[in-house]
Parts: sequence; structure tokens; C-alpha cells
Amino acid sequence: MVGLITFLILIPLVGAIALYIGRPGSARVVALIFNALSGFYALMLWQKFDSTARGLQMIERHVWIPSIGAEYLVAVDGLSLILVLLVSLVFPFAFSAQRLERGACALMLVMQAALYGTFTAQNFVLWFLFYESSLIPAFLLIKIYGGENRDYAAVKFFVYTFLGSVAMLLAFLGIYFAKGTFDFEALARFGKSGLLAGNLRWLVFAGIFLGLAVKVPVFPFHTWLPDAYQTAPTGVSMVLTGALSKMGVYGFIRLLAPLFPNEIKIAGPWLLGLVVCSIVFAPLAAWAQRDLKRMVAYLSINHLGYCLLGLFAITTSTSPLIDKHAALSGVFLQIFNHGITAAALFYFVGLLEQRRNARGIDDFGGLMQRTPLLCGWMSVAMFSSLGLPGLNGFIGEFLIFKGSFAVAAGFTAIAVLGLLFTAVTFMRAMQSLFSGPLAESCSGFSDLIRTEKFVIVPVTLLMFGIGLTPQFIFNIFNATVVQMARLFA
Amino acid sequence: MIAWTIYITFGGAAAVLVLPRAFARWTALVATLAGLAISLATFFCDDVDLAHFKTVVRVPWFPAFGMNYHLALDGISLVLVLVTGIAAVSAVLFSWDVENRVKEFFLWLLLVVGGSYGVFLSADIFLLFLFYELVIVPKYFLIAIFGSTNKEYGAMKLTLYSFFGGALVFLGIVAIYATSGSLDLNQLAQFPFPPQVQSWAFPVLFLGFAVLAGIWPLHTWAPTGHVAAPTAGSMLLAGIVMKLGAYGALRVAMNLFPIGFYQWRTWIAILAVIGIVYAAAVALRQRDLKFVIGYSSVSHMGFVLLGFATANVFGVSGSVLQMFSHGVIGALLFAVAGRMIYRRTHTRELDALAAMNLRQALPFAAFTFVVAAAASMGIPGFSGFAAEITILIGAWKSFPVAVWITGAGMVLVAAFTLRALKRAFFDVDLTTAGAGQSELPPITIPERLGASLLMFATLAVGVYPKLLLDRIQPAVESLRCVLK
Repeated sequence: MVGLITFLILIPLVGAIALYIGRPGSARVVALIFNALSGFYALMLWQKFDSTARGLQMIERHVWIPSIGAEYLVAVDGLSLILVLLVSLVFPFAFSAQRLERGACALMLVMQAALYGTFTAQNFVLWFLFYESSLIPAFLLIKIYGGENRDYAAVKFFVYTFLGSVAMLLAFLGIYFAKGTFDFEALARFGKSGLLAGNLRWLVFAGIFLGLAVKVPVFPFHTWLPDAYQTAPTGVSMVLTGALSKMGVYGFIRLLAPLFPNEIKIAGPWLLGLVVCSIVFAPLAAWAQRDLKRMVAYLSINHLGYCLLGLFAITTSTSPLIDKHAALSGVFLQIFNHGITAAALFYFVGLLEQRRNARGIDDFGGLMQRTPLLCGWMSVAMFSSLGLPGLNGFIGEFLIFKGSFAVAAGFTAIAVLGLLFTAVTFMRAMQSLFSGPLAESCSGFSDLIRTEKFVIVPVTLLMFGIGLTPQFIFNIFNATVVQMARLFA
Repeated sequence: MIAWTIYITFGGAAAVLVLPRAFARWTALVATLAGLAISLATFFCDDVDLAHFKTVVRVPWFPAFGMNYHLALDGISLVLVLVTGIAAVSAVLFSWDVENRVKEFFLWLLLVVGGSYGVFLSADIFLLFLFYELVIVPKYFLIAIFGSTNKEYGAMKLTLYSFFGGALVFLGIVAIYATSGSLDLNQLAQFPFPPQVQSWAFPVLFLGFAVLAGIWPLHTWAPTGHVAAPTAGSMLLAGIVMKLGAYGALRVAMNLFPIGFYQWRTWIAILAVIGIVYAAAVALRQRDLKFVIGYSSVSHMGFVLLGFATANVFGVSGSVLQMFSHGVIGALLFAVAGRMIYRRTHTRELDALAAMNLRQALPFAAFTFVVAAAASMGIPGFSGFAAEITILIGAWKSFPVAVWITGAGMVLVAAFTLRALKRAFFDVDLTTAGAGQSELPPITIPERLGASLLMFATLAVGVYPKLLLDRIQPAVESLRCVLK
């Protein structure tokens, strides 16, 4: 029987084929229709999801390659579900941001299917298949459709992530030979007592860590990111930061933390150190950028750093359950929030770029006089990103800080600097874009047109909605948080 | 009922946004008047227990982590809500002739006011922080769009300082929450925080809040921000926003961490006294009338911090009274300098004003400024005197040396105020002055109403400070940080 989740994975793939049936000009419309369909299925999944039950739900299990223990096993828990919802949200958002060519649309849809698969697969072989197959469309999208410097950026992106993937694959082969299973749940049960013995376990741990750290990315494995995000077309950047970057964080939560609890405890301070470097240095680097896209890209590193801060803080030391709950909930919320907010920021940078054909911070000035609506909505996205209370970013960060403060006060206190630097970066950007005398080149600027408003208003409402009533989104993953917190205890 | 101050103000903001621009100023006036009426009604209502921080509204909000929409009221909050109402009404009256982007202007203005009501009434620390940060954004736009002189620089400086303070406060709140597991201010006020936590968490939190109260040496945002802001903006900044910082320092930092407070209070007193004297000395040398007033704000807020540092009933009650008093006087001074004078003469340079014979051209402005200056100098009969004398009595018990230095500071305050008064209004010999400046537009009715409201407030409290002190003192006595 084909279940809801399989449908969800198949719809974008069918869409990618359907694009080539219609006219090239209608590609975006077709892609959006298929996104509406997958969005509908995602909502159905949410509706059927029993948020009080623990463990995996809506399991679909089929024999696939029995000789190596690979199964077609897809299921969702709270974490998977919010990521599925996020993907269903970010992709239509990205499609409506920019008129992409047919080939680009098709690649995006393939990537969407791969992401649905990555976030629902519960068996390593299947997971890795999806994980890798999202890499190729991303590479091609940058390589073919990117802006200047695209060859360099695409190759850099590919080499970094591919090296990470190979390391991860080798590490997992090591695990398989020791334990004989690829099933995530089964492996997590082994994790407590130690998956492997001797020095091999460190090799395996390092392999998986490297693979995921490149993907997130964590300092110092981040240098592919600014190049890739900068050169990719707006829609692609939105997807890269909004959905693709979550694969790394997801992997940390789903794989590394349950599988290597003891190793993380030992390596904990080092991991936290790296994460805090991401949090503090990334916004400083962003501060120094003159290109808006690069600036937003660097801030993305900072925001995902908070997720890992929360995760590593609670896994490295024994903290009360309530702190674990807070931090994990914060991490989950932050994953979702960052997806929306970062995508929105790239969207706005894209709007500016469309109007001016440039995106340097100095290319604009005094926009407030000319395009008050654009400035207003863009400010909301910026405030959300810098964690202003009342908007979605704050609540996640607050919970993460609260949870991690109890166990790693020093690291957390330093990480607060990241908040401050982010604020400074955004305020400087706002000042040079929005205020001051109107730049001559911006005098022909048009304000938001109706279709743009139609896109940005629901997203902004969602930001306010999560910021003011976070409970509804929290209900999705509450049971999962409780379960995972116990797993990490 | 007092919770409706928040709802009506935000409702007014929404109405301003929706209704056509012709209604904007009336909507804003009605909303702020309603807020003032509600706070006055609560103020004169006898059966409200003002001695304790009594819950007004409590609705679960994010129950999994103990966040509640929780408002409470005691005498301290009520007095600050009242001054917010007064400053808001007069700020709207003094913005009556705003022509450019009216709707937006009153929207930001009402958001600042509503957020401030929220801070003063929050009994949940998370909610308090939400409102506290909520004020920053509209404040930025109010200055960056509608300001004058160097407005982008001033707005940005103010915002960055606010965010810096906000980050410290955030860290402190995280520490509180992680240590105690609660966000309820009343519960937290009972919670025994370990002394080693208090001794570092207190300065972080206090400094974070005190940035907004203009503590020396982190005060430099205040003069530039005040000068850059439009008149209503500086009135709200001086009248309300600086009080947010002071209130947070009292309600959160001091009251939750009394041990840390006792360790650090000498340092606070030192910074406060330096602030009083230094700001007054700097004000003496300013050429721009608004800068004079901006520095006087820093000086007056120094008294508030000094009162806090005394940690006794007199000092802290005096501080709360001073917050009220400075809210009114600061607003009045900025109203005269920014609206009555600058709008008509297009200069704030004291030298230029001196030649204009403003005393005859704008007699009402001269009268108002004399009253405001007298109140600011601390002449008996005005609210400034009542507040400062109470603080000094308190300080006498704790820091006798500080009283002497502060006394010298008060002389400086009188000196720069008189200098500004003389230069701006009374520098021309009547016999030599021509009638050349009489073409200045006359003072309008909204301006008269706004100024009268503020003058009445400072006089009423000055003549009969018991009115406020009766409500402040019981609340102060029940604070944990006050030495009995």
C-alpha cells in the first residue's frame, strides 16, 4: 500500500516530469500547482498526525535490499513533520520569488522530493540516498543558473559536501559491519551502551560529524556557503538556506546525538567551542560584507549555530529534564523559524536586485522615501532574524539559551554576543538601505506590486503568529521532544 | 481595568492604521486620553491594593514553559502608568501640526506608548522583555523618519545602545529562568537566588536596564537621541522611555537579586553621582537648547539611580517620584524647545535665540519655560523639589558624601538652566529690541492645552507630593530589595 508520505515524495517528482509536457513558459505555474498539491498532502499529514503519541507514526515499511538490511522505511515524528511542513512552505515561497527557467524548476522539484525523503526516511541507506540526491540538483542549479563566479562556487559546494558525504558513508559502513543494521531506531538503542569499541568509534564519530558539519555548516567548514548562496538565483538561495541547510541540523539530531551520546560528552566542550565560534564570528563576517546576499548568507551560519548550541549543550552534560525540553523545543522552533525568516530575507534581497540589478549595500539609499512598503516588510523580516521579541526568531532563541545556560553558562554567555552582532549588522544594513538621502539610481524604484504583497503578507503573518502564539507549533513536536530528552538523558 | 490602557493604545494604533489620515490625530488623542482616564480612575479608586504587586490579568500563553500573559499592579507601576498617560496625551497635542506621513507618525507614537504601558504592568518577565524590546523599533522609526539634526545617526546610536542593553538583559533573564525555572515576577521575588549567581547576574541585568535610564558612562545615546527626535519623540524618550530602563532596574534587577544589589550599590551610587555632576557640567557648555535639555535629562535620571542605590524607603520612593516628576518636566522642556520655539524660529542655537526677543514674541512659551525651568532646578512647590529632597534624605542615611557632591551638582543644574532660560528668553534689553520678531505664528490651542496639562501635573505633585507618595511608599516598602 502506498501511504501519505510516499505520495508526498512522489508528487514533486511527477511535477518535474509534468513540466516537460507543458509549455516552457508555464513551468513556474505548473511547479506551483504541484506545490499546492504537496502542501495539501503535508497538511493532511499534519491533520492525521497524533501529536500526543510518542515515536514514529504512519510507518511505511517495504523490503528493499534485504541482503544489506536496507528497507524502504518512511515515517514521521514531530521533528520530521515540522521539517516536512517547512519544506512545503519554503518551496512555493521560492517559486513565487522568481521566474525560473523550466530546467531550474524541474531541478528544484527533484530537490524538493529528495528533501521530503531525507526528512522522513528512517533507514540509513534510504536516508543517504535522498540526502545525496538533493546534492546533485543543488549543484546543477548553482552551476547552470547561477550568477557570476558560479563555476567556482558550484565546484566548491560540491567538493565540500561530497567529501563530507563520503566520510559519512564510510563511517556508516563501519557501524553496519559492527552492528548489522541500518535502522535509525535500532541504532539509537545501541547508542547508549556504545556503538563501537576502541579508537574506531572516534573515527566513525569524526566521519559523521564532518559530513553533517559541512552541511550545516559549522565553523570552520563553512567557507563554501557564502559563495554558493551568493551566486545562486534568488529562489535557489531561498531553498538552500530555508530547507537544504536543515538537513545537517536534522542529521545531528537524528543521527549523531542518539548514536554517540558518550562520544559527544567527551568531545562536548570542543564541539561547543566550534559552535560558539560560528555564532560569534559569522555575524562579524556578515558585518564586513558589502554584498547583501553574502551578508544574509553569513547570518544563516549564525542562526543554525544556535540550533547546535542547544543540542550540544544538553547532550554534553546532565541537565534537568526541563532544561532539555526547553533547549530541544527551542532547537526545533529555531529550525522552522530560520527556514522561514532566512528565505524571506533572500526574497527581499531578490526584490531589491530585480529593481536595481545590483545588491551591494552601497548601491541603495533612502529607500524609505520611495518604497515604504518594501522597507516596512523587509524590516519585519530583519527584526525577526535578529530575534526581536514578538516575532518568531526570539522564542526559539530564548528557549535554546535558557536550556543551554543551565549546563554551559560560559558558552551561552559568549553566544549572546552573537545576538548583539547580528543586531548591529542588520541595523547598519537598514540604515544604509532605507534611510539617508535617496540614491539617484533608486529614483525609479517601484514599491511592492500586488503579487509580491500576496507572497509576503502570509509569510509575515506566520512570523508574528509564531512569535505571539508559539503553542500551536509547539504542539506538533512536544511528544517528540519529551521522548528525545529522555533518550539524551 | 488598568490593563485596558494597553489594549486601548494598541487598538488606537490599529485604528490609526485603518482609518483615513484625516482621523489619525483625533484617534491618537482619543486613545491616549482614554489611557490617561483609565489610569486616573484607578489612581483615585480607593479599593485598589497598591502595596503589593497584585495580579490584574493572568492568561496562560505558552504554558509548557511557564510563560503567562500576566499583568499586575502596585503603586510604583500605577504612578509610572499615570506619567505615561500624561506624557502621551501631551505628546499627541504637541504633534497636532504634523503634516508629513501623519498616519505612520501616530502609529509609531502609539506603539511606543502601548509598549511602555505593557512594561510597567507586566508581571511575567518574558512579557516584560517583549514589551521592552517592542518599544525600540517604533522609537527608531520615529526618530529616523521624522527627526531633525543628524537624525539617522541619533536613531542608530539609540537603537544600538538599546540592543546592547537588551542583550545584557536577555542574558540576565536567561540566567534567572535557568536558575529558578520560573518567569513570574512575584514568585521570583520570593526565590532565594544563590549569592554567587546574584553577584554577577545583578550587574549584568542592572547595567542592561540602566543603559536605557542613561547611566553614566553609557548615557551618550541620550543627548543625541533627544536632539534628533521629533518633539513628540523627545517628549516620549525623556518622559517615558528612560523610565522603562529605571523601572526594569528596580523591578527586575534589584528586587530579584537583593544580595547582588547590596554588593554593588556603592558603585551604582558613584556612577549616579558622576552622572549628575558631569551631565550638568556638560549642559552648561552647550549651545543648542535641545542639547542642554538632553543633558539635563541624564542629570535628572542620575538622581533616580542615586535613590535606588540608597536602598531605603526614602531613597527608592523618591526615585519613583523623580521618575514621575522628570517624565513631566522633561516632556515640558522638550515641548517648549522643540515645538514652541524650534518650529517657529527654525533654530535652537542659544546665540541666535538670544537675538530674537522671544519673551515678547512668544510670551506663553516664555511663561511655560520659566515654569519648567523652575521645576527642573528643584524650586520648592514643583515636583522636582519634592522628589529630589526625598532622594537626598534617603542618600543622607546611606551615602552622606554623595549628598554633598550632589548638592554641588544641583547648583550646576540651576546654573545651566538659568543660563538657557536667560539666553533663550531674557537676553535682549527691552529698550533696544525692535518689534521685528512679532511675525512668529502664535502659540496654538493644542500647544496651550498640552503645556497646561504638564504644568498642572508638576505643580499638583509639587504642592501635594503626598498624593503620589501615599501610593508609592507602601509598594516600595514591600519590595524585597529595600532595607527595612
